[in-house]
Amino acid sequence: MKLLTHNMLSSKCLKNVNVGYPLSIKVEEMITSVVDFNPEFIARIIPKLEWNALKQAVNEVGKDSCLPNNLIENFENDEDFLKKVHHVLLEIEIVNGCLVCPETGRSFPINNGIPNMLLNEDEV
Amino acid sequence: MSRPEYLAPPEIFYNEEEARKYTHNSRIIEIQEQMCERAVELLALPENQPCYLLDLGCGSGLSGSVLEEQGHVWVGVDISKSMLDVATEREVEGDLLLGDMGQGCPFRAGTFDGAVSISALQWLCNADKTSHKPVKRLYKFFSTLYACLSRSARAVLQFYPENSDQMELLTQQAMKAGFYGGVVVDYPNSTKAKKFFLVLMTGGNMALPKALGTETASTGVSYISRQERLKNIRGKSLKKSRDWILEKKERRRRQGKEVRADSRYTGRKRSGRF
Repeated sequence: MKLLTHNMLSSKCLKNVNVGYPLSIKVEEMITSVVDFNPEFIARIIPKLEWNALKQAVNEVGKDSCLPNNLIENFENDEDFLKKVHHVLLEIEIVNGCLVCPETGRSFPINNGIPNMLLNEDEV
Repeated sequence: MSRPEYLAPPEIFYNEEEARKYTHNSRIIEIQEQMCERAVELLALPENQPCYLLDLGCGSGLSGSVLEEQGHVWVGVDISKSMLDVATEREVEGDLLLGDMGQGCPFRAGTFDGAVSISALQWLCNADKTSHKPVKRLYKFFSTLYACLSRSARAVLQFYPENSDQMELLTQQAMKAGFYGGVVVDYPNSTKAKKFFLVLMTGGNMALPKALGTETASTGVSYISRQERLKNIRGKSLKKSRDWILEKKERRRRQGKEVRADSRYTGRKRSGRF
């Protein structure tokens, strides 16, 4: 699972959960791969990101130094910044571990890079 | 062939063996890709812009490959573990999630620029467990899908409806969740090529896109009066008749000659007083 997906995921489908965001990450295994850099897409996706959640996620996977603290202005033209965000969003991949709901503490296991978001009948 | 929905729930029906088919059967692959291309066309995404899309029931990522080709980034959700394993094997670029659409889409609001789904929606109409209530699950699905789409985004869901009731149920629940739109039927006169696309729009009511293969489809039997038919057979009109004069004037006008304008006196007999 990439951190971009994590930034969009929430556990609000659980019963009695209102926000369910951001999910905290427990990493057991992760890899860093190389993905083609697409500055246009990164510039388009940045306004949609929750920056604080991304910071927290980067912290949890132990890659804290990769990202500046605050979102800079005029990021569209700053290629260096876009490359950093690209690396964090698309190149860091969590293979095994789990996601934890901030409200209920329910954990969603990640196996082979695929988070299991299936709920039990009594949780819907 | 009986419908696969009757055989077993999706997470059991799409076992390893069935999932294999989706990588080896070139016919299945071709059809899936064609349908996905059409679905993306119906999404009406802004041109030459990479978008962030959601693929519901992504399976082995066949439809995802089409999205990749067009330069989009996607996230896929499917309920079958085996299908997702095949997708990982194929090394698709999109991220995959194991999830049940009927339990809602687990994303925060306004995430995606569009959503596609190829041959998955009909599975939601079945109750595979005693706790499943199709209407409730459909509503949950559509309302959470509505929430996770950005403004003016569309969702295009290709599906195989069993009957008109099912189609009505789906559209009704989608409208209840706040969507606008309806079903676009491509090639309605062909049994094989006929495809149903549920086109859902979030940003106000707009005209549905035009379906393919409807150009030649007439709604009834065309009728030409007996007189006209006889005229067509004969070809030219009767000499010295009004029609003949009008035709001749038209012909000469086309040749660029000076011709008097048509009026109600054109081709009329002189009265006896002359």
